[in-house]
Amino acid sequence: MTKRELIQKTGFTLLAMCMAANIVFLGLIIFFIASKGLSIISWEFLTQAPVDAMTRGGIAPAIVGTLYLTLGAVLIALPLGAACAIYLTEYSPKGWTVNLIRISVNNLAGVPSVVFGLFGLAIFVKKAGFGVSMLSGSLTLGILALPVIISASQEALIAVPQSIREASLALGATRWETIHRVVLPAALPGILTGVILSVGRVAGETAPILFTAAAFYMKGYPDSVLSEVMALPYHIYALMTEGTHPEIQTQIAYGSSLVLLALVLSVSMLAIFIRQRYRRGYNA
Amino acid sequence: MHSASKERGAADFLLSGNGVKSAPGLFGEAENSCIEPKISARGVNFYYGPKRALKDINMDFSPRLITAIIGPSGCGKSTFIRLLNRMNELVPGTRLEGEILLDGLDIVAPVCDVAELRKRVGMVFQKPNPFPKSIFENVAYGLEINGSLARRAIEEKVEDSLKKAALWDEVKDRLRESALGLSGGQQQRLCIARCLAVEPEVILFDEPCASLDPISTAKIEELILTLKKTYTIVIVTHNMQQAARVSDRTAFFLMGELIEYGGTGMIFKAPHDRRTEDYITGRFG
Repeated sequence: MTKRELIQKTGFTLLAMCMAANIVFLGLIIFFIASKGLSIISWEFLTQAPVDAMTRGGIAPAIVGTLYLTLGAVLIALPLGAACAIYLTEYSPKGWTVNLIRISVNNLAGVPSVVFGLFGLAIFVKKAGFGVSMLSGSLTLGILALPVIISASQEALIAVPQSIREASLALGATRWETIHRVVLPAALPGILTGVILSVGRVAGETAPILFTAAAFYMKGYPDSVLSEVMALPYHIYALMTEGTHPEIQTQIAYGSSLVLLALVLSVSMLAIFIRQRYRRGYNA
Repeated sequence: MHSASKERGAADFLLSGNGVKSAPGLFGEAENSCIEPKISARGVNFYYGPKRALKDINMDFSPRLITAIIGPSGCGKSTFIRLLNRMNELVPGTRLEGEILLDGLDIVAPVCDVAELRKRVGMVFQKPNPFPKSIFENVAYGLEINGSLARRAIEEKVEDSLKKAALWDEVKDRLRESALGLSGGQQQRLCIARCLAVEPEVILFDEPCASLDPISTAKIEELILTLKKTYTIVIVTHNMQQAARVSDRTAFFLMGELIEYGGTGMIFKAPHDRRTEDYITGRFG
């Protein structure tokens, strides 16, 4: 083996090991959570409300609450973020203003989530008067998800070849027709990637909903966007820090973590499935 | 298209009736200069920022002839052809002086609707650029944005355009499949079909065969020759044999200037300008 071949082999081996390490960590997390939480999962656990000071019963209201909050956040952040990205990449004149906005968006992504929580408390809960509610929580989580969706959408739009924009314009289409009939459909897989990333982040966040949406305990399901909700991450936090039966509570917390993990993975799967369908034409 | 054939009829009548046909070019190429030019460029200067890319271009394009523009890379030929449907507006920091007339009307004027202009002046690009949509949707696109045609009419028009572009037989059984599954040559003919569907009067070809193999190139050239009956065609090409094969008139550009313009036979066999001769005989370029 020559020296160059040796270097190449070493390089690829290192890359393979790094990849393996990732899979090992992911596997360990899933294995750890599953081994501690799987035993408690039952039909009742998934469909019943907690009873007896959260030592028995299930976590159904928290599952539903997390689904609602995540869905609400995506519904708010997706149109807003996509619109912002379209404006920035397709319409706005290039220059320092756009760069400034881009930098601001990236900085927004670096703001700690508890700060978003405080902002949500001040603006949505107090100023706007939505109170501690699903609406306030979804809005707060939506703002948290915005930077992720904006940058993913921008990347996706920039990746659409200029040549097909020109093709559309050359046929007599306006810029608007070009954007919504050619550019957006082509960019959709990339935009959905942003949605997947943000779902993963939003569903698991605790701090932003702490002051804006989360209820410690609810018997049933929320009946309007203005009611409080239980949510899985906060439920896990509450189980581990409060109450008087730490042993059984810890077990329920692991069960809840497993459910949260499964929930995020299945929402991601759904988005990946949709993305594949839209991508069909592109890589043919 | 009806109006186009009527126009032609009128022109033929004028020609035969008055017998004013100008002397044929040296080598017998079609010279019908007494017909009003379809497009005229008058005193065109074009700038990318401070750089002057085109210098005082004056040029007429006759209807239903194929005009080839040749010249070395960076001579401004693509820049020039992209002015004819105002595609250069997409490039920031550019500036145009002079006027470009389509049927005598200034297309550079602010009142000119650029989308309307591009329906009349279609373009086929250097690299095939089909939309990531089905074959059918690619051709139907221009019809859908431009009008309120019924579904049935759109289907007929798509078939008709694909036939004109000599692609129908190859794709008729897979109209719903992605256009990106076609070969490069097929994609380029699809782009031509897409352009024909909106019934332009002029078609601009910007090096349409630059990325194609010789067989696909031959098919496209054959197609361009059949389109000449109906459309005014301008083709930019790097390939001098191609210009000689398909065009009626040829213009030679060099460093942003129009050096020589005339019948293709004359340009290739007896160019007046030393630089044209050097270029076509391969001494530079």
